Order: sequence, then structure tokens, then C-alpha cells
Amino acid sequence: MISIHQLHKSYGKLPVLKGISLEFNAPGSVTAILGPNGSGKTTLMKSILGMVLPDQGDILVEGRSIKGQWAYRHQIDYLPQIARFPENLRVRELIAFLQDLRQGTTREAELIRMFGLEEQLDKRLNNLSGGTKQKVNLVLAFMYDSPVLILDEPTSGLDPIAMLRLKEFIQAERKRGKLILITTHIIHFVEEMADEIVFLLEGNIYFRGSQEELKARFGETSLERAIAAILGAGKTEMNGKASPSLFNSSTLQLLNS
Amino acid sequence: MKKIFQYTLYDLIRSRWTLFYLGFFLLLTTVLLAFSGDISKVVISLMNVVLILCPLIATMFGVMYAYNSREFTELLLAQPIKRTSIFWGQYFGLGVSLSLSLAIGIGGPFLFYGLFATGEIWNFFILIANGVMLSLIFSGLAFLIALRNENRIKGFGLAILTWLFFAVIYDGIMLLLLVFFREYPLEPLALSLSLFNPIDLSRILILLKLDISALMGYTGAVFEKFLGTGLGITIAFFVLLFWVGLPALAIRRVAGRKDF
Repeated sequence: MISIHQLHKSYGKLPVLKGISLEFNAPGSVTAILGPNGSGKTTLMKSILGMVLPDQGDILVEGRSIKGQWAYRHQIDYLPQIARFPENLRVRELIAFLQDLRQGTTREAELIRMFGLEEQLDKRLNNLSGGTKQKVNLVLAFMYDSPVLILDEPTSGLDPIAMLRLKEFIQAERKRGKLILITTHIIHFVEEMADEIVFLLEGNIYFRGSQEELKARFGETSLERAIAAILGAGKTEMNGKASPSLFNSSTLQLLNS
Repeated sequence: MKKIFQYTLYDLIRSRWTLFYLGFFLLLTTVLLAFSGDISKVVISLMNVVLILCPLIATMFGVMYAYNSREFTELLLAQPIKRTSIFWGQYFGLGVSLSLSLAIGIGGPFLFYGLFATGEIWNFFILIANGVMLSLIFSGLAFLIALRNENRIKGFGLAILTWLFFAVIYDGIMLLLLVFFREYPLEPLALSLSLFNPIDLSRILILLKLDISALMGYTGAVFEKFLGTGLGITIAFFVLLFWVGLPALAIRRVAGRKDF
């Protein structure tokens, strides 16, 4: 469904993706894209959506290059990392706006019920809390029922109930045969949801495979420790190059979560 | 594009700042009309306000809106719509909301004071049209600056500088040139230089229409002398229209190549 060929991208002089090639072909699967902050996860996802324009390489969706195209995005539902909306609109109006923008059947009623947003529909978006905004974000992302879901940090700011609902929802969508890509720093979420893991490190694919393979490869019993091992290995490999940016707070965040 | 435009407009006309802007023009026009009672004098007073304030407010609004809607723009970019539609929709939504504040804020009191009973309808119309064009030009320039600069502080600084350049510095430079080279025939130079400044063009356009030679200044006088009133107005108007199109095209170009 989605194939990425030799994708290169740099922001100014800073290379972010260094020749990534990936295929996502299995419908009904959840792929977690992991990596420390700045490893290119979001850039990769945005490239698929055409928001970031690659320097080299190509991305095909359903066998067709996405360069200069926009209609292919009917196939994709995207959840952005930061939920910020026009301040003066009400939740109901925002939903209506996106429906109007992208014709087609939607299932927002079900999602609104699922996240308990009925009470918030007539509130203005600037009066909502961060978690509630994230719920609105989820409703907007999921309402189209497209075959591909791309979720950038879906769990940020959610309360435990909403988190549980989200997990159930993603499981159900997987059963319905969707192709789901998720980035997250929450390892438990990955353990529970992911069929496959793609680990990015410094703009390259460091590992791709199942959770079991990842654990086996590093001889660890838990996913957390395996990821710590990757980052440790990365550190020794790049000893000469001294790359402090990789092993700062983001690594700790990964280890602690 | 139509839908993005509609919702941008709908969002903006309910913003506090738009209402504040509208309130300001309502108050100012009412006060001016109440104190002078002479509609043509009020048009001249308002002209000076429009020439300075419309570009300034449009610039500030433009950068503020572009930066504030940044994350929402990302959500829109993920939808199956063309990039150009998104940015043109937002730009025109912004321009039209500013223009509405201006037209209602100035037009309302004028209508109340019996605009149609006097012969000033065209002068009034020229004033509003200039305000609208200036709002579009400067909100477009601000939008462009915000698109090109990720750093908000830098973007704000550049936007203010752009306004300052066209509103103040440009005239200063022109004056210096005229003083330094006063031995030479400067009319063609002055004429062409004023075409590159939308604020100057607007001023000339309004003054030619009002036919007040005392206020026209050097460039206005050159315009009248060389082109005559009719041709001068036409040329100033079309160059202004060109200025309106310029940021729109540049926005399309920049937005098409940008990473979000």
C-alpha cells in the first residue's frame, strides 16, 4: 500500500532521513515507529502525507507516486502530534468544517460517544483542556474510516479511560483490516499494540521486525531493556563521532516510560 | 478554497481583535462626523488614518494569524486538498475580514449621516477601496513573511519592518534622492519610485480623486502633471491591483515548496 524508496531529507544542513526504504503492505497490522527525539519519526510520517517534501527518493501510495498529488490523502487518516485549532470555533463547528472539506461518510457520532465529548460540543476550542483537545483531535482523525491510519503520539494528554478506549479502538480497527502506523514514546503502549516495530536512529532504519525478534536480538526479556540496548549499542558504535544530541533527555524519557 | 475561506472568515469575524478594529473605526468616524459635519473633510481625515493604520493592522493581524493557525494548517495539509487552496483560503479570509471591519466601521456612520444625499459617494468609495487593497496587500506580505520564517520573533520583526519601510522609510529615501539630485529632471524617477510603494500609490489615488493639490505633495503633483487626473487615477488603481496579486502569487510559490 505504501512504499518508500531511498528517502532523503535534510533541514538546512541537518540531515534527518538518510535513505529510508520501507514497505507497509500488511493490512490489519499495527506498526510502531520508534526512536529517540529527532530521529526522523515525524518527518517520515509527514513525508507520507506530502507535508514534508523529500530531497531525494519517492513514496508510492497504492502504486502511484505522491509527488504533487493530493487526492491520495483520501486513503489516509492522520493524527497530528500537537492539537491546536482555530480558537473561536466550537467543537461542533470544527467537526462540521472538516466534514464539509472532505466529503464522504463519517462516523463522528460513535467517536464522540466513545470519548465522552457530548458535553463539550458547544464549547469554544480555546476553552478546552489539553486532554479534551486531544480527544477532539482523535475524533477528527478517525471519523473518515480510511484504510490507512497514521498516528503521531496518539496518547498525549489522555486520561486512563480515554487511553483504554483508544487502545480498544485501535485493536478493532486492526481487526477490520486497517494499516496503522504509530509513533509513541510510551513503551507499554507499544508492547500492547504493535505487531511490528521500526526503530529509527539518526535517520536510518536501525531495526525492523516483531517485538520478539527485537528482544531476541538483544537477548533481553523486556522491550524496554531491548530499546535501552539499542541506544547503548548506538552509543558505542558512534563513540568516535560524539553525538550528544541523541542521548540526552529523550533517551531518558524512553527508558523511564 | 471556498470552504477554507468561509471558515477562516467565520473564525476571524468572531475574534476579539476584529471587533476591536471595527469598534475603533466606528468610534473614530462617528466622532469625526459629529465634530466636523463636512463629509469631504472627514474623508480627508480618514484617508490619513487609513493610509497608516490599515497596513499596520493588516501586517500585525497577518503574522499573528499565520503563526497562530500553524498547527491547524498542518491538520488541513493532511486532508485531501491542494496546498494553494489552503493558503489562499486563509489569506483571503483574513483580508476580507479586515476589509469588512473597515467598510462597516467607516460606512455605517457615513450612511447614518446621509452619505447618499451628498456628492461624496465616489470619494467615499475610493477611500474604502484603497483601505481594502492596502489590507489585502499588507496581510499578504505578512502571511508571506510568516511562511518564510519559522522563528516567530524574527517574523514579527520583519513584518513590522516591512510596514515601517513602506509607511515611513521609503518616503524618507525618496525625499533624500530628490534633494540630492535636484539639479536633474526628477519627475520620471519620482513617478516610477512611487509605483513601488502601495501606500504612496493609495495616497496619490485618493488625492487625485479628491483633487486637493495642496495635500498632493511632490509625487502627487508629478502624477497630475504628467498623466492628468483621469489617467493618473487609472494607472495608480491598476498598479495597486497588481500589488494585490503579487503577495497572492508569492504565497502560492512559497507554500508549494515549504516543509511543514
